[in-house]
Amino acid sequence: MTDQISAEGVAVELPVYKAKDFTTDQDVRWCPGCGDYAVLAAVRKTLPKLGRRKEDYVFVSGIGCAARFPYYMETYGLHSIHGRAPAFATGIKLAKPDLDVWLVSGDGDLLSIGGNHLIHCMRRNVGINIILLNNRIYGLTKGQFSPTSEKGKVTKSTPMGSLECPLNPIAMALGAECGFIARGLDIDAKFLESLMTRGAAHQGMSFIEVYQDCNIFNHKAWFYASQKDSRPDTTVVLEHGKPLIFGAESQKGIRLTNGRPDVVLIGEDGITEQDLMVHDETNLAQAFILSQMFHPEFPEPMGVIYAREDSQSFETASRAQMEQAREARPNATLESLVHGSQTWTIQ
Amino acid sequence: MTATSTPPEHSKTSLISKEAVAIRFCGDSGDGMQLTGGQFTNTTAVVGNDFSTFPDFPAEIRAPKGTTFGVSGFQIQFASHNIHTPGDSINAMVAMNPAAFKMNIEDVEPGGIVIANDDEFNKVNLKKAGYTEETNPLDDDEIQRRFQLFRIPISRLTRESLAESGMGAKDIDRCRNMYALGMAYWLYQRPLEPTIDHLESYFQDKKGLPEVAAINVRALKAGYHFGETAEMFPARFEVPAAPLEPGLYRKISGNEALVIGLATASQLAKTEMLFAGYPITPASDILHGLSGLKHMGVQTFQAEDEIAAVCAAIGASFAGQIGVTGTSGPGLALKGEAMGLAMMLELPLVIVDVQRAGPATGMPTKTEQADLLQAMYGRSGEAPVIVLAASSPSDCFDTAIEAVRLATRHMCPVIILSDGGIANGAEPWRIPDLDSYEPIVIEHPTVPNSEDGFKPYVRDEKTGARPWVIPGTPGLEHRLGGLEKEAETGNVCYDGDNHDSMSRARQAKIDAAADIIAPIEVHGGVDSSTLVLGWGGTSGSIEAAVSILSQEGESPAYAHLRHINPFPRNLGQVLSQYQKVIIPEINMGQLSMLIRARYLIDAIGINELKGRSFRTRELADRIRAIMDGGDS
Repeated sequence: MTDQISAEGVAVELPVYKAKDFTTDQDVRWCPGCGDYAVLAAVRKTLPKLGRRKEDYVFVSGIGCAARFPYYMETYGLHSIHGRAPAFATGIKLAKPDLDVWLVSGDGDLLSIGGNHLIHCMRRNVGINIILLNNRIYGLTKGQFSPTSEKGKVTKSTPMGSLECPLNPIAMALGAECGFIARGLDIDAKFLESLMTRGAAHQGMSFIEVYQDCNIFNHKAWFYASQKDSRPDTTVVLEHGKPLIFGAESQKGIRLTNGRPDVVLIGEDGITEQDLMVHDETNLAQAFILSQMFHPEFPEPMGVIYAREDSQSFETASRAQMEQAREARPNATLESLVHGSQTWTIQ
Repeated sequence: MTATSTPPEHSKTSLISKEAVAIRFCGDSGDGMQLTGGQFTNTTAVVGNDFSTFPDFPAEIRAPKGTTFGVSGFQIQFASHNIHTPGDSINAMVAMNPAAFKMNIEDVEPGGIVIANDDEFNKVNLKKAGYTEETNPLDDDEIQRRFQLFRIPISRLTRESLAESGMGAKDIDRCRNMYALGMAYWLYQRPLEPTIDHLESYFQDKKGLPEVAAINVRALKAGYHFGETAEMFPARFEVPAAPLEPGLYRKISGNEALVIGLATASQLAKTEMLFAGYPITPASDILHGLSGLKHMGVQTFQAEDEIAAVCAAIGASFAGQIGVTGTSGPGLALKGEAMGLAMMLELPLVIVDVQRAGPATGMPTKTEQADLLQAMYGRSGEAPVIVLAASSPSDCFDTAIEAVRLATRHMCPVIILSDGGIANGAEPWRIPDLDSYEPIVIEHPTVPNSEDGFKPYVRDEKTGARPWVIPGTPGLEHRLGGLEKEAETGNVCYDGDNHDSMSRARQAKIDAAADIIAPIEVHGGVDSSTLVLGWGGTSGSIEAAVSILSQEGESPAYAHLRHINPFPRNLGQVLSQYQKVIIPEINMGQLSMLIRARYLIDAIGINELKGRSFRTRELADRIRAIMDGGDS
């Protein structure tokens, strides 16, 4: 048993959970080899460590392969309609702020049909955790390009190549004032677990983009970043207060010159670690720079890209207004509301 | 002198008693005509008349000044007996500029009073109103013959009466409406005190502008005294109090009644409410009203769009609150998919649709009843929902409570159909005894409902509802979703037989609501073979038309539907007793279609789409024509 502090400030005993306590009896229907399995396992492993009761978790999703997620979690769950999961989650948190709401959905759901809701949910700072499973393709509808597909992508609906510039989820989240923004890889479960633990602890919204492999319609889309041999050179792991160093022998770094990043070799031309960009996850300007670093020109940042000082969540602020209104009008009755400001009597 | 005194003895003015008067204030949308009409209404309430109002304003906030599309009007009919409509034609009009005169003069009855602000009938304004050069309609012989025209320099008189106030010209000119209101009060023997009280509490106490309150009050009194001393008007009118049922009354509009009805329902259910909305004419006032009721446990959320609003409401219902959203026709279209989900999740949800003239943007500030079939069927798949229609401004109160009661009893969406006419129109409302309302009983299970654990889709035998478990309840964790689900367990299921039986179970649940809805009542027409069947916000016009017919010796039976889905159980039996069933609607025959399909009755429609309710005289004539053998 571990302790949890109740709303009344009393320590109450919390059951000890294991991953299997969060596993439903439903068969998982993702394709064998899908990256979603690894994320599901990481989430099931993370929740027991968060010090919350099982009945307080709610998983919400939209539509798509990733959106089947709630069916596989032995918690409360809502599999909603395409793109609107952020709006459902907002309603849940406004009604019951104490619930721990997780939103898991894909790039088509959250960034295309649901782009509008995601932006507004972020700027309001609704206190939920969002996991974006980004596989850069529409899977459930069998392989059309998605808003994160690269320009020129040849798919069923773009036989001559996509004409569209891909959407940058991290930059979008920064633009939408999201207070916690991170990126991870489906195959790196331990790392994902650490990001989710951080995100869950953040007051207000947390947003984690996960590079996820669709091994049927977009296999290897992220292999440059996920495979052992290339990964050290194509990604840079962010640590708050540490310089940006990467490469198989930690021989490369990111240097900022007049606000522009470039890749440098440590030890060459007299460059030392002191010359490198130091990650400050509270620095919004640096976060924007990180959001623009893409393969092959740059290693792609993994970890917590931006974590604003905690700020009041939307649902907490909304509740506070209700309390304030109650205190201001302690004697208001239903009768006075129904009577309104002017009445008259007919004898 | 006091405002309520009778004309002095030396006055040449006579006093005429009238049973009912319809008056319209009209002017530019910046002239404060809605405020003027609202004040006249409040005062009329205090005097004890029955009344019905019709605010008629443009969708544009400030259309170019002086143009016809910027004209704003407010009509009120008040009477010494029960009335149901704001009136077909108007007995008196106050026109603040040529554009208002032009847009409204045709609605004035022959011989009716027309007060025109003569100062504004200048070259520039006449041109803006579209009158050809050098033609002032006030100089027109025909106009002078048809109406009792009073050319009064309201602008100049207002300025003169406030000349020594020390206020700027702009502030002074804004008091013209109060000057005109003062004249109207004199003409119809209304007291000034209610308006003076309002001006003082609004400008002085609330806004901290005592000097603005003072000049408005002075303009109001000056207008009143002008009527007294100018002796321009040959007569004053008196409309005695109406014999309304004894009790405590207030004025109420449909949107106000929805606001307090929803808040009351939340209290009756001892359950907090989340109202999620997106601004849309003519429903926005519901969002405004509820956002001021946080102290009563009503939380409001202005979402990024109509879809997010309904989805947030569903999220709140999932979390155990009463989720409500409000909109108009275009918004209802956007909410369709989510409403289907709510039906599939089997969660309570209330959707208010204040109908306006459509399709698309249509005429946002004008009324219509053309969303009926959308409310019935506007979703993918077989997705029945309960549909209720409020019949008058005050009826919105009871309709809101019934909607919450049915949504929580049957775990389903309930659509409330209101319309622009009753949403903005006001009438006196005898305040009900709140203790007379049955509590709304809501249960949230906390223990499993079977030996194999909790099954979210086990149904109540009587209501067909499934259990409403709130997240946070230990041991009852479950998943809801839009995919078809297996009976009882709620697990995803694509079996055809299961889908067939689940679809029927969802329909049966809606049908079961008829168990507790009131049977339809027939009024009058005891020996008649004709039934007039109405629904929603046209009840005032239809009732007035039927009452005209009965005064003229031809008395059809009349019934009005609040429950569109399901219909009252006795409706088929009632309809079968009549040779002719006439259905007047502000649409192309949508209830007619439902009645014909359901009961195989050759219903005869009377249909109009003019952005307003029926004119009672015309409607009476059309009903009579059908009764006499024609078919409309």
